[in-house]
Amino acid sequence: MSQTLARPSAPALRAGQPSVTRLGLSRTVIENRMFFREREAVIFTFALPIIMLVLFGSIFSGEMEGTGLTVSQLYVAGLIGTATMTGFQNLGINVAMDRDDGTLKRLAGTPLPRTSYFIGKALNTLSVSFFQVVILLAIGVTLFGLELPSEASRWVTFTWVFVLGVVGSSLLGVAISSLPRSARSASAVIAMPFVVLQFISGVFIPIGQLPAWLVNVASVFPLKWMCQGFRSVFLGDAGVTLEVAKSYELDRVALVLGAWAVGGLVLCLMTFRWKSRRDG
Amino acid sequence: MDTAVRVRGLTKRYGEVQAVGGIDLDIHAGEVYAILGPNGAGKSTTVEIMEGHRTRDAGEVSVLGVDPGRPTRAWRSRIGIVLQTANDVAEATVRETVRHFAGYYPGSKDPDEVIEQVGLTEKADQRIRKLSGGQRRRVDVALGVIGDPELLFLDEPTTGFDPEARRQFWELIAGLARGGTTIVLTTHYLDEAEALADRVAVVAGGRIVAEGEPKTLGGRAAAKALVSWSDEGGHHSLETDTPTRTVLELTARFDGEVPELAVTRPTLEDVYLRLIETPA
Repeated sequence: MSQTLARPSAPALRAGQPSVTRLGLSRTVIENRMFFREREAVIFTFALPIIMLVLFGSIFSGEMEGTGLTVSQLYVAGLIGTATMTGFQNLGINVAMDRDDGTLKRLAGTPLPRTSYFIGKALNTLSVSFFQVVILLAIGVTLFGLELPSEASRWVTFTWVFVLGVVGSSLLGVAISSLPRSARSASAVIAMPFVVLQFISGVFIPIGQLPAWLVNVASVFPLKWMCQGFRSVFLGDAGVTLEVAKSYELDRVALVLGAWAVGGLVLCLMTFRWKSRRDG
Repeated sequence: MDTAVRVRGLTKRYGEVQAVGGIDLDIHAGEVYAILGPNGAGKSTTVEIMEGHRTRDAGEVSVLGVDPGRPTRAWRSRIGIVLQTANDVAEATVRETVRHFAGYYPGSKDPDEVIEQVGLTEKADQRIRKLSGGQRRRVDVALGVIGDPELLFLDEPTTGFDPEARRQFWELIAGLARGGTTIVLTTHYLDEAEALADRVAVVAGGRIVAEGEPKTLGGRAAAKALVSWSDEGGHHSLETDTPTRTVLELTARFDGEVPELAVTRPTLEDVYLRLIETPA
């Protein structure tokens, strides 16, 4: 026993600090583990988009005029957009909780770089969003006659829209987590703008049916562009006539999502606090 | 003797409240230094400034030769912090958590040995959520020492413990101290300071009002003893430098047993209460 009390490592033995990326991956493992163990949160996170899809897909089962596409296929694309942006809401609340329950303060007292913490959150979100998308696609294919694209180019589009979208929304989520005063108010503060965004970005209501000024508002935010990108992947040429611009404008999708990812990172680094407001 | 912590003229104000009003202290390498004081005396603020968790208004602070106002990763990996309250990492097991935190440090201890050292080997695969308060606190200590720190901060570590858990915890801390770790302990339990600390500082009103070894604090060893007894005339007490002579005289007077004889010296508590009543 006395041997375990001896100090085996002299300062000279302390090698270099572990790398930021390795610690980021290590954070991802523990974040994923803790996320998937919280059963209620998992069920709620995954059930919501499924219920929405089944509900909306069943209520509005008609065909879109002159396209051969069904409304439910439109919802699959829209809800994949929502799933891609889940990180915004999840992280906004989750990081506020980390701030409240002492996680952040504990981490701030260790040599963990905050970039590694962000990496952990972003990759955790990437896995959660990915599972949501897989489930939505499975339901779309089995229940609503969605045809998965066969061209590789469309999957390339899917991949960059998805990754850019998740990264941007995760960073925005971390940034907005500083806004609510406590974890208890976080869900209200953060869920509200997210719900509004879903209504004006073409998730629940086809974007062509919205007044122009609302579309303009939505165009500032990333969700509208994610949905547009996913429609290009899953509705293809048949759906292009439904677009406001009569085109999927993929270059603009890339531009806006890229700008949000960069802007989100800047916001994050500017606003992120390890401590809660009352700690001063 | 090496100095682990050096503080000169430290001040910190929150709005109208002067939380720390000019504190000087030196903590030697290898000692257990307790900071004692009532709630709101400024002890936590002082310690949080040393930990790099809080900014200061004025004064010099050097912790292991580094200014904690500009913490670096290398410095963070040389100190360990056990915070007042934390409810984080609830869904991970003890072993997963200790292993994960070990990865943050360039020269960490063996996770299983640390778990054994804090007495949680039997609970190693238990989720932290399911542990008792005392067991949770042991996890906090494990995470505080996993990086093999030269200096360990313990902020009110046994608040809310039952007496048995507190004794066991003291043994754990005493074991760390024997291993050579410098320990800075804040507490409002006098018996805790007396049991663990080499030196004690009493903080009141944002200042150190007394500093020294627990047994000599505030002139305790040199203080007069109080001899008390009863006779037909009622209860008597006498403050004296020579209690033995007083007792001999009483023995002679009563010719044997002295009714209700008691000889007392001021306890640490008496000294402490007197000190915090009249802040300098």
